Amino acid sequence: MKSLQDCANERVLIIDGAMGTMIQRYKLEEADYRGTRFADYHSDLKGNNDLLNLTQPHIIEAIHKEYLEAGADIIETNSFSCTSIAMADYDMQELAFELNVAAASIAKKAATEYTAKNPDKPRFVAGAIGPLNKTLSLSPDVNNPGYRSVTFDEVVAAYEEQVKGLVEGGVDILLIETIFDTLNCKAAIFAIKKYFRGAGTPELPVMISGTITDASGRTLSGQTLEAFYISVMHADPFSIGLNCALGGQQMRPYVEELSNIASCYVSCYPNAGLPNAFGEYDEQPEDTACIIEDFASSGFVNIVGGCCGTTPDHIRHIAEHVKNIKPRQKPVQVNTLA
Amino acid sequence: MSVTTIDNTVTSGNAPETDNQEHKVIRPFLRLSGLEPLVVRPEANFINIGERTNVTGSKKFARLIREGHFEEALSVARQQVESGAQVLDVNMDDALLDGEKAMTNFLNLLASEPDISRIPIMIDSSKFSVIEAGLKCVQGKCIVNSISLKEGEEKFIEQALICKAYGAAVVVMAFDEHGQADTEEKRVTFSHRAYKVLTEKVGFPPQDIIFDPNIFAIATGIEEHNNYAVEFISATRRIKELMPLTKVSGGVSNVSFSFRGNEAVREAMHAVFLYHAIKAGMDMGIVNAGALQIYDDIEPQLRELCEDAILNRRDDATERLITFAETVKAKGKVIEKDETWRQGTVEERLSHSLVNGITDYIEADTEEARVKYPRPLDVIEGPLMDGMNIVGDLFGSGKMFLPQVVKSARVMKKSVAVLTPFIEEEKLRMQAEFGGEIKSAGKILLATVKGDVHDIGKNIVGVVLACNGYEIIDMGVMVPADKILQTAKQEQVDIIGLSGLITPSLDEMVHVAREMKRQQFEVPLIIGGATTSRTHTAVKIAPEYEHGVVHVLDASRSVTVTGNLLNKALKKNFLSDIHTEYNKLNESFRNKRPVKQYLPVAEAQKNKTAINWDKFNPVKPTFTGNRKFEDYDLGEIAKYIDWQPFFISWELHGKFPQILTDEVVGEQATHLYNDAQAMLKKIVEEKWLSANAVIGLYPANNIAADTIRVTPDQTNIKPVDLEFLRQQIKKAPGQPNLSLADFIAPAATGKQDYIGGFAVTAGIGIEKWLEKFKAEHDDYSSIMLKALADRLAEAFTELMHERVRKEFWGYASEEHLSNEELIKEEYMGIRPAPGYPACPEHTEKYKLFDLLDATNNTGITLTESLAMYPASSVSGWYFANPEAKYFGLGKIEKDQVADYATRKGWTIEEAEKWLRPNLEYDM
Repeated sequence: MKSLQDCANERVLIIDGAMGTMIQRYKLEEADYRGTRFADYHSDLKGNNDLLNLTQPHIIEAIHKEYLEAGADIIETNSFSCTSIAMADYDMQELAFELNVAAASIAKKAATEYTAKNPDKPRFVAGAIGPLNKTLSLSPDVNNPGYRSVTFDEVVAAYEEQVKGLVEGGVDILLIETIFDTLNCKAAIFAIKKYFRGAGTPELPVMISGTITDASGRTLSGQTLEAFYISVMHADPFSIGLNCALGGQQMRPYVEELSNIASCYVSCYPNAGLPNAFGEYDEQPEDTACIIEDFASSGFVNIVGGCCGTTPDHIRHIAEHVKNIKPRQKPVQVNTLA
Repeated sequence: MSVTTIDNTVTSGNAPETDNQEHKVIRPFLRLSGLEPLVVRPEANFINIGERTNVTGSKKFARLIREGHFEEALSVARQQVESGAQVLDVNMDDALLDGEKAMTNFLNLLASEPDISRIPIMIDSSKFSVIEAGLKCVQGKCIVNSISLKEGEEKFIEQALICKAYGAAVVVMAFDEHGQADTEEKRVTFSHRAYKVLTEKVGFPPQDIIFDPNIFAIATGIEEHNNYAVEFISATRRIKELMPLTKVSGGVSNVSFSFRGNEAVREAMHAVFLYHAIKAGMDMGIVNAGALQIYDDIEPQLRELCEDAILNRRDDATERLITFAETVKAKGKVIEKDETWRQGTVEERLSHSLVNGITDYIEADTEEARVKYPRPLDVIEGPLMDGMNIVGDLFGSGKMFLPQVVKSARVMKKSVAVLTPFIEEEKLRMQAEFGGEIKSAGKILLATVKGDVHDIGKNIVGVVLACNGYEIIDMGVMVPADKILQTAKQEQVDIIGLSGLITPSLDEMVHVAREMKRQQFEVPLIIGGATTSRTHTAVKIAPEYEHGVVHVLDASRSVTVTGNLLNKALKKNFLSDIHTEYNKLNESFRNKRPVKQYLPVAEAQKNKTAINWDKFNPVKPTFTGNRKFEDYDLGEIAKYIDWQPFFISWELHGKFPQILTDEVVGEQATHLYNDAQAMLKKIVEEKWLSANAVIGLYPANNIAADTIRVTPDQTNIKPVDLEFLRQQIKKAPGQPNLSLADFIAPAATGKQDYIGGFAVTAGIGIEKWLEKFKAEHDDYSSIMLKALADRLAEAFTELMHERVRKEFWGYASEEHLSNEELIKEEYMGIRPAPGYPACPEHTEKYKLFDLLDATNNTGITLTESLAMYPASSVSGWYFANPEAKYFGLGKIEKDQVADYATRKGWTIEEAEKWLRPNLEYDM
């Protein structure tokens, strides 16, 4: 079977779209989130989408399959907030490991099924590692700008647990995404390296996807795109890219910049445009697809898909639009300075 | 040659390099980053690493860190960056310090300063635990300084692996297990051994390896030392030939260590040393970034002597240099800011001053321009307006923020003040000669309406419009309609702008509009201020006057609106668009209304807050009657400030403190915050303002649905009945129709309850300062002072409320809340103010002021619209009941108006006048 690397050399790969947007369509209520296992749990659980891996696994699996059906080569596990730090919001920090294993298993099962259907188009599972609700570079207390609400070691520990769960659950790739604080990302990289060193197994490919928050062209923690890339190069990532916060249109100059400086593959999965006055994303699938097609034909990208507001329909259109376009060629790495 | 490089030669551009087949090429440059990238390309001449943030090298920095003045220590870092440092070396190796803690604290603080943290950090320590603590704080790709083979290969590999996992480049000191390399040969072999271990065993990228082949002191008097510099330089050359992707660095000031105290000689030695070392391939060095001298600028004799010593060219080089050194007095060097802009033309200088808000040279530059130009007005219409146009464009495109614009306006005003006497003189002369007139872009009258004293927003609008070339006639506060209109006629203004903050001002604006119609005005009217809205303007004001009424949301919108109104070509369409829009608003407002259902007032009164009075035992205050506080400690008050509204008054929207690090406005917010803190310090220390307060605690009971009877203890005061209003909209089942009267125990319970009142001000004495700023044309300080006085009044209110709860009334004596919790109103009880949503009828303030004898006790007076003067004042009631909460009255029906009128002894019309903003129906 073709490896991820083979596939990436051959064509522009498709990563899936939003999980949250799809979950919303099910209009789940508190009781649905709780399921039977957490029926008597002491805190509100509605909105804890990661918990659905345990309480409504069939829904998550169904969403994965919709994206696979739409043509996604890579699907993301439903594990954006599956860390002991983020889960503490629901007092569910002890569940972090279990949630990751479940998220990875569900996605793996769906992907395996689709690979079996058509072995020429193997499907891959990316273990989604989100940015946390606590940040290492910014103080939550302005009178004490040196204060941090969490330490690097705590973040590393939380991510290491998540990585362990995802890997044991069977993911093919680790995807650090929606990075708005590079130091959190560096802790995730540190955790991944630490985990694999301890486990003694070969490292899985790592995809890194940062978030440029607005037209300033910087991350929330203040870095320019190139500074961000330089800060995470030591991960030796499979791909570097951008997702969330912006629509494809606003992302174009940054994707172009990345395609010039990155020695690895470049990924891009924007939101479905910018939110309208009601906070909804209303960019139509064909519009998103045209924007992404332009990225592909300009030779900027290797992996494309969608973030907030995108649906299987968006992914289907994107896949259709880029299927005959050659992927970006990685730059030649020379070993002389001039 | 110069040893400083320009940033853009080392940071990366966007154009990618390609090979001959048009493939993009990526080269193995050393790439570092702070908030911004630093790519070390071969053409980058030399990278300056700032050395002053090193406790072992800077006495000042060491003292600041030891004494815990971390914030001040940041200024040392900032100075290094401003002086051209491209990497910042941070070292906390001091026996008296907890190095890990100091490193963590300082780097975390550094991260909150974008103008410093934009460059990469070099984490410098001889203790690896301190280095690792530092690595955990830095988001960018930094440099570790240093690791070495000193403790053997195993340790070296372990430390290198850790650095690699954090993604740092490393400085490798030329050591082995037996000691430091002090010859050319050892320097090269030790370095090469380390290189092989790093690249072959650790997998370290060669471009991330920086060698420090040991710079030692020369000219020490010890003969063996004389050749140290020579050997460093030749070792550098060999290292770069042998391992071309690696870099060479070093601590430059070591070389001149024997001349400490003689800065002139030391700097010359550094420059000469670097000149030769860089030629040999040295890439970077730890230097005092502000003090680097240029090789060619060194006095020739000194340069010659330094060269002799560094290159070890003669046996007596040291002696000769020492002899010379004694004759050189270190010239006191002043650290200068970048003043190169002063070399531009007078137009460029004026523009620079305007755009950057610098007042230092504006008077001299203006005078120079006045002499240069034929007419003084040409200076305004030429360079000054050009500068202000840049400011306007930057503001309009969101690249500048209000506080900066106000600073620019201050510069403009100071400049215009220099020119005014000459313009006046010229005007007289021209009138005498030709009878001519000079016309501005447009004249705009601004006024805060009668009965209202709030003017921060109006002043900001004035400044912004003045920046855009309009002549502003600012009539100040509490201006009656006839005076506004009289001035408008006399001055032939093009636009009238009205402002107000309290609700009665809305009616006054309607009144002005009607008067404009009656007096057959034709100029447009613009409306602004916190309580005004597009809907109110469309529904209430616009229908009264047909020549254009436009609501302006904030100062930044005022420019477009006035621009449209004063442009003949655009005005008609603009006004007809507004007209259509307002008609729609008006219509939808009227159509929307019947949707809400209201209860008859009697039913609403029955559906009051359910409080189980049997279980409630009112707490008796420690005293009843009034107590006044004069000249309260401002420093104490300042601790209670809630900063978020302060930023809003400057049109910087966002949560405090997050706003200080906001992506877009963070930098400006931080500048503003620093300016505010500086002025606040002066206000407190120099007692610019006095803060007075009076509080009263009185026995009280609810005696009717919405009436509370207060029985003050003083025998000569009769009971006072306070009248409240009740929500009348139909509520969901189980939800009460709230009235403040619900929160005081009914007399029928037989329990004696209490109510409190307060009036506080922090604005006594403000006029003197406002006049001073006005005379100095300093709107920025004037607005700042008012905004701070407002914050102090609110803070004082918070402070007194806390003391009342814990001490004077004492119903919450166990309370321990942080300032954030206070701001979030997490305390028990409330302090609603007459005129605000829970009790919107203003005239109850008379009763409050009578009970408190507030004017005598505090100096606060009431205007006819019940605004308080000084504007920085707050008054209201205290309710202690744990059920008491803030709410908005909402709209009320005619039956409640009638009920209220009876209780107040008013006619229905009087009641409707005061309750107008809350009426559900049209009058």
